[in-house]
Amino acid sequence: MIDPLVASASVIAASIAVGLGSVGPGLGQGTAASRAVEGIARQPEAEGKIRGTLLLSLAFMEALTIYGLVVALVLLFANPFA
Amino acid sequence: MIDLVTFDYKTSFAALEVGKHFYWQFGDFVVHGQVLIVSWVVMGAVLVAALIGSSTAKSDQRVPAGFQNFMEYALEYVQGIAKDQIGEKHYREWVPFVGSLFLFIFASNWLGVLVPWKLIELPEGELAAPTGDVNTTIALALLVSLAYFYAGLSKRGLEFFTRYVQASPFLLPLWVLEDFTKPLSLSFRLFGNILADELVVGVMVLLVPLFVPLPLMILGLFTSAIQSLIFSTLAASYIGEAMEGHGDEAHEH
Repeated sequence: MIDPLVASASVIAASIAVGLGSVGPGLGQGTAASRAVEGIARQPEAEGKIRGTLLLSLAFMEALTIYGLVVALVLLFANPFA
Repeated sequence: MIDLVTFDYKTSFAALEVGKHFYWQFGDFVVHGQVLIVSWVVMGAVLVAALIGSSTAKSDQRVPAGFQNFMEYALEYVQGIAKDQIGEKHYREWVPFVGSLFLFIFASNWLGVLVPWKLIELPEGELAAPTGDVNTTIALALLVSLAYFYAGLSKRGLEFFTRYVQASPFLLPLWVLEDFTKPLSLSFRLFGNILADELVVGVMVLLVPLFVPLPLMILGLFTSAIQSLIFSTLAASYIGEAMEGHGDEAHEH
């Protein structure tokens, strides 16, 4: 079966990966959203374009968090050391 | 007869498993059968929609109506994606490729969520969105890689390889690395988003089977649609960038 040291190390590593991985993109997405809202407030006619650009940028930042999630999933479900 | 006292409700209504696959063997190749089955269903659905949309077109009819109108809207949307990223002059020959990417990924993400696949029981593993399997997304990303290399080479010939010494020869490792990170990030962005949504919904259903997972499922529909747009927009952007050089770095990365 799985070595208990490997198991506990994997669990801790998975949680750190997801936790730390969501800090940066969270800050980034908040900044992007705030600037987008500012832009809409300055020029309400551009709302369509601003919203489109905002969603696109949010998805890029989301991807960085997802990379951390993928590492966590690999460690939990497809662990190469177990 | 089911004995209601010992009937285990939890494990019969909700179960979560990752990593179990329905393996098919073709000679030396082993493939994930459940992914192929759903992929074929998705392809069939998109093809049927396209055929129905174009079958009612009559040559004397000027204004499209009903389903044909909807399919024309989808076509214009895809043409818009290609035109924005590749430019007026060369976008038309890339509309089929970018459009197929967009429609396949969009349909597979939404069909993976909306169709009750759980009703069909497989001997091993379960049916889900094909883009939730990393092999599918890596294949799509490698196709995009192949496409932008082909685009650059066919349009610019061997001058295409000057992109490696673009702004300064010292940036050569960066551009080489970019050729690897482009397909990597494309594939993992799509795979991670879809699998994460499936897992989150699965865990929520395991905890509270009724009503509470619904907002998450709707969020999943929204984000998976955005991811299909992102994938196709990035694919078109890489193709456009390969065709004209790094002049437009200010656009999108």
